[in-house]
Amino acid sequence: MAAAVAASGWIGRIKEAALAGLVAFALALPLAGIETTGAETGPGFVTRFDWVAIAVAAVFCGKLLLGFLPSQLLPHQRAARSVAASEGRTILYIGLGAAAFALALPLMPFSSRYLVDLATSVLIYIMLGWGLNVVVGLAGLLNLGYAAFYAVGAYSFALFAQDFDLSFWQALPIAGLLAALAGILLGLPVLRLRGDYLAIVTLGFGEIVRLVLINWGSVTGGPNGINGIPRPTLFGMPFAPAAPPGATTFSQFFGLGFDPVQRVIFLYYVILLLALATNWFSLRIRRLPIGRAWEALREDEIACRALGINPTSVKLSAFAISAMLGGFAGAFFATRQGFISPESFGFQESATVLAIVVLGGLGSQLGVVLAAIVLVTLPEFGREFDQFRMLLFGAAMVGIMIWRPRGILANRAPSIRLKPKGVS
Amino acid sequence: MSAPAVQEKPALLAVERLSMRFGGIKAVDDVSFTAYGRDITAIIGPNGAGKTTVFNCLTGFYRPSAGHLAFSHEGKVLALERLQGYRIAREAGVARTFQNVRLFAGMTVLENLIVAQHRALTRASGYNLGGLFGLKRHRLAEREAVEKARAWLDRLKLADRADDAAGNLPYGQQRRLEIARAMCTDPKLLCVDEPAAGLNPNEKAGLAQLLISIRDTYGIGILLIEHDMSVVMGISDHIVVLNYGRKIADGSPSQVRRDPAVIAAYLGEEA
Repeated sequence: MAAAVAASGWIGRIKEAALAGLVAFALALPLAGIETTGAETGPGFVTRFDWVAIAVAAVFCGKLLLGFLPSQLLPHQRAARSVAASEGRTILYIGLGAAAFALALPLMPFSSRYLVDLATSVLIYIMLGWGLNVVVGLAGLLNLGYAAFYAVGAYSFALFAQDFDLSFWQALPIAGLLAALAGILLGLPVLRLRGDYLAIVTLGFGEIVRLVLINWGSVTGGPNGINGIPRPTLFGMPFAPAAPPGATTFSQFFGLGFDPVQRVIFLYYVILLLALATNWFSLRIRRLPIGRAWEALREDEIACRALGINPTSVKLSAFAISAMLGGFAGAFFATRQGFISPESFGFQESATVLAIVVLGGLGSQLGVVLAAIVLVTLPEFGREFDQFRMLLFGAAMVGIMIWRPRGILANRAPSIRLKPKGVS
Repeated sequence: MSAPAVQEKPALLAVERLSMRFGGIKAVDDVSFTAYGRDITAIIGPNGAGKTTVFNCLTGFYRPSAGHLAFSHEGKVLALERLQGYRIAREAGVARTFQNVRLFAGMTVLENLIVAQHRALTRASGYNLGGLFGLKRHRLAEREAVEKARAWLDRLKLADRADDAAGNLPYGQQRRLEIARAMCTDPKLLCVDEPAAGLNPNEKAGLAQLLISIRDTYGIGILLIEHDMSVVMGISDHIVVLNYGRKIADGSPSQVRRDPAVIAAYLGEEA
C-alpha cells in the first residue's frame, strides 16, 4: 500500500488525508460539535464548531504526515508464525528479569504504598489473564463471561472463611475447586458451540452469575455484598495493631512497630506467589498431552476426533482449569479488599481481562504481563487527563491493534523441538 | 517384517448393506464390501458417487441410516456404527486423512505427530497429573514419541522442517505429513481420502510408493479413495466402484477395468 501511495505522489496523499478529514468531520460533528445544556435554562444545546474544526485539521495534517513517514515505521504484516530460536531464549531472560524485579519491588527506594498497591492490582489481572489464556489462547474457545469464575472464587472464599472459620490458605483450594465446578457447568451446555455463538452464551453466563449474586440475598448479601472478610495471616500471625486472644501479631513477633504498609506488602507477596505458581503451571501444562490437545482443538476439532482425542473432555478440562485459576484470583481479591459486592464482577471486568489476553498476543505468557501492565496502569497515569482518560485508554488499544495486530507478543513458541535451541 | 506370502489375508472390515440418507437423497444405497488386512482397497467412482460419505460413516462422522460396519481384529469384533467418532480411532484403530488437508496448521510439524500419540502419552503421564511434576515414565514416553515422529520425518525427508509450522509446508508435503500423522496413531486400518489430489506426477509416484511401503512394512489394511487412475490401478489389490451411491463393481484392477458397467459409468452409456 505504501508503494501505491508513493507512486501517486502528492495528489494521492492529499486525497487520502482529505478522506480521513471527512470521516473525522462526520464523527466530530455530533461528538464534539454539540454540547447539551439545560440544568437552569431547560433542555437545549450550544454548538462548538471550533472544536470540530480543530479535530478535522488535526486528522488531516496527521494523515498527511503519515504519508511522508518512511515505510519501515508504518504497520505492516509480519510473518507472525515464525519463531527464531534466539527469541525464545530472550523471552526466558526477560521473564526471569521481570520476576526478579517484581520480587524486589517493595524494597526499592522509590517504592511506596501506592505503587505496591497498584502492582498488586496488576498482578491480579496478570493472573486472570493467564487463566483466561488457557481457554481463549490455547483452546481457542472465546469466553466473554470470565468474571463469573472470578466472582465464584471470591464469594466461595468469603462464605467459607466467614461461616466455617477457615483461614485464607485453607479456603483457597475450595474456592478454586468450586470455580472449576462452575467452569464445567458452563462447559457442558456449550460443547457444540464455537465462535460467535459460544461468545454469546458465555456472555449470558457471566450475567446470570452476577444476577444470582444480586438476588440471592440470604446467602450473598444481595447488592450490599459481603463485609468483614478475614485477612490472610502469615502462619497464623495477623497483620493488625492488636492481637486477638491467644495469638501474636506479625509486628509483635518480629519486634517491629505496627504499620499498615506491612499488610500491603504481605498481600503483594501473596499474589506474586500465586501468579508465579500460575505461570509455572501454565508453562508446564502446555507441554503435557492435555495442553497440546487444547492447541490441536483450537486448530482443528475434526482432525482431533480423527486422531482419537475426545473433544468433550478436552474442552471441559480447558474450561475447568481456566475457571480454577480465575477462582484463585477471586479468592485473593476478596481477602485483599475485605469486602465484595456484585458490582466488582460485571461485564467490564470480563472485557478488561479479554482485552489483556488479546492485546498481549493470544497464547503468550509474557504478552499478558505487558498488556496487563499497560491496561491497568494507563488509567492511573492518565488521571491528569481527567475526562479524556478513557479516550487515551481507547487510543492506546487502537494503537496496539494497528502496530501489532496479533498482539504485543504474537510469536508462538513450539511446545517441543526436534533440534535443540540455537542450532539451525 | 514381511508376512509369509501364502498366509491368508484376514478380513478387517466388513461393510454390510450400508445406507446413508440425507433427507430424500440416498448418498449411499445398500453398499456391501470387505476390506482385508495387508491389502490396499480402493473405492472409486465419478464425482458425487458417495465415496467420502462411506468414509464418513465408517470413521464416525456420520451415523449410517442403515447397515452394519463390522471391524474385526485379533478375534474381537467391533460394530463401528455404534461407536462415537473419537472411539473409532482410539479403540478400533481406524485412522483417516481428509480430502481437504486438515493439519494443525499453527503447530509445528513435530507437534502434529506428537498430538497423534495423545493416547499413549496421556497414559504414560498419569493422566497429565504425573507429567505436571516431571514423572520419569512420562519423560521416557515423550522421548519415545519424538523418536517415532523422527523416524517418520526422516522417511518423508521432512526432518529439517520439523520445527516449522505445518501450515507453511508446500502442499504435497502437507499431504504426506497428514498420512504420517494418521500412522502415528498406530492404526490397523488407514483410510486415505484423495491423497493424490493436487500433486504433480513425481509426487504422485512418491505417494504410491509410500502407501505400498506402509502396507508391506506395517501389514495394515489401507482404504483408498482416489480419482487418479494411474495411482489406483498401480497399487490397489482390490477395487470397489460406486456410482450414484450404489456399488456397480467389485474386484481386482484388471477385472474392474474390463467391467462394462464401470466403463459406462465413466464414459457414458451408448445412445
